[in-house]
Amino acid sequence: MTTTPRTPTAGATPALSLRSLRKDFVAAGAPVHAVRGIDLTIRPGEVVAFLGPNGAGKTTTIDMVLGLSDPTAGSVRVFGKTPAEAIAAGQVAAVMQTGGLLRDITVAETVELTAALFGTTAPAAPFLERAGIADIADRTVAKCSGGQQQRLRFAMALVSEPDLLLLDEPTTGMDVEGRREFWSAIREDAAHGRTIVFATHYLEEADAYADRIVLVSQGRIVADGSAAEIKNLASGRTVSALVDDPTERDQVMETIRAIPGVDTVEERGARVLVRATDSDVVARYLLTGTTARDLEIAAENLEDAFVALTTVGTASGTTQDTTRGAQR
Amino acid sequence: MNDLTPARALRAAVPGAPARTTSRGPGFSRTYLRLELRRFFRNRRTLIFSFVMPPLFFIIFGAQSAYRTEDAGSGHANVTAWILVSMALYGAMLTATSGGATVSVERAQGWTRQLRLTPLRTWSYVATKISATMALGAVSVLITMVVGSFFHAQMPWYAWILCPLIAWVGSIVFAAFGLFMGYLLPSENVMQILGPGLALLSFAGGLFVPLDGGWFEHVAQLMPTYGLAELVRAPIAGGGVPVVGIVNVVVWAVLFSVGAAWRFRKDTARV
Repeated sequence: MTTTPRTPTAGATPALSLRSLRKDFVAAGAPVHAVRGIDLTIRPGEVVAFLGPNGAGKTTTIDMVLGLSDPTAGSVRVFGKTPAEAIAAGQVAAVMQTGGLLRDITVAETVELTAALFGTTAPAAPFLERAGIADIADRTVAKCSGGQQQRLRFAMALVSEPDLLLLDEPTTGMDVEGRREFWSAIREDAAHGRTIVFATHYLEEADAYADRIVLVSQGRIVADGSAAEIKNLASGRTVSALVDDPTERDQVMETIRAIPGVDTVEERGARVLVRATDSDVVARYLLTGTTARDLEIAAENLEDAFVALTTVGTASGTTQDTTRGAQR
Repeated sequence: MNDLTPARALRAAVPGAPARTTSRGPGFSRTYLRLELRRFFRNRRTLIFSFVMPPLFFIIFGAQSAYRTEDAGSGHANVTAWILVSMALYGAMLTATSGGATVSVERAQGWTRQLRLTPLRTWSYVATKISATMALGAVSVLITMVVGSFFHAQMPWYAWILCPLIAWVGSIVFAAFGLFMGYLLPSENVMQILGPGLALLSFAGGLFVPLDGGWFEHVAQLMPTYGLAELVRAPIAGGGVPVVGIVNVVVWAVLFSVGAAWRFRKDTARV
């Protein structure tokens, strides 16, 4: 028996390290590239949101982190270990989206069983307490609401005192109140230094509860940064105008790139799209210094950025340049 | 050896977190086995299927006084005993089938996936389920045999041991049957189909009524219930070693096991 104490917060070993992770599978006869090369390092203690629309590859990635499925290519390391080793050591646990419960046993029995499977004789009560379901300990799982079942899954995940906790769309189907209670339980727990990675397609959830947001779309990371940084991506406005002459268009784009506060410059047909924090400067230049016409200025919000960043073929090449946290 | 319970800096930092006992993760968890048994006793339907129906069927079909004096075939046992051991087998079969079917139901509900997030290995899970099922099957057989002893069943002492033992051990074939069927019938109430289905198979395989030649016996010999019925009754029915019965059991055991393993593996690859 190894009894070497680990120091999960030392920072030397990443809590999670994904390298060129890919996953293909065949669905209905057609190959699906669910994950198309994800590189990600999460340090111990971080609370990270894996944000993306349905089908972005979030669940597939989580499955690979948990060793529930094998990557087609690339590697997964959890505290430097393979997923199977990390699971066996109780270092990683997960709150899955659905299922995973026996409906005919009670809440307390479920947690006691989980504890027994981890080889401990710990009583269930403290875990139920921390998950906020101590009052329904004797209720049959089948009689629990969706939110209660989700907190039960959370209590089960706590049993091994994992250093890394993964949550896959944990609040799907919960009402506002249930969602708030669930997150307050998670946050309280995260305050003790646990690394938490949660998948969500709710922007507000990522914004409210994560220190860092990893935006995924089409099996790729399209943006990675703090909530504030991701918001910055969206805080600007988009200025667009038609510049008919291709030669002039190239020059105009060149000039605009040099303007401070300009995030991206794109060409869509004859239209030049500029995302900038100071749209006035760009607009003034376009209208006074060039032959640009049909100028539009549109404000963006986080939602727009989310849609822009996660929609197929839209600016996916250029937005990568703007992701500030991607090189961590 | 895995470091399953290393001293965790994190746990030390969490106030009120219980200290863990130092033991390796379970290859086999007694807590889990106990819980499985408790789940069985909570489920009224399976309780009736396994513990009430078989002895009840025996009383209905086998306790008539005319059977007490009728010879079962070997000259050492009466027809009451013949029906008794048949019903004991029926109970063991029902219990095993239902136990096997719950494995696939639990897989469909994502329970086995959840177990993969614990140190419990898949084989331990299957072993736990089979242990619980077989323990309950033994109780079922025992109940029926005890009831039968009060209703004038007569057979040699070795048959009182051999018949229930063969019924119990042989019923494991039906655990594979239940597992296989659980995958083919995607329903939480799979036993609502398998229960009546098993009763039909028992009739068709000559478990409930004696086969007296003709085309029906030829059909019966193909039924998965036929072989076990013949084996269980061999000690009292006379007629020596039931070769066709043995072939029947082996063939169906292989078919069910291969089928169950095939679906099991396919399912594991998917989740």
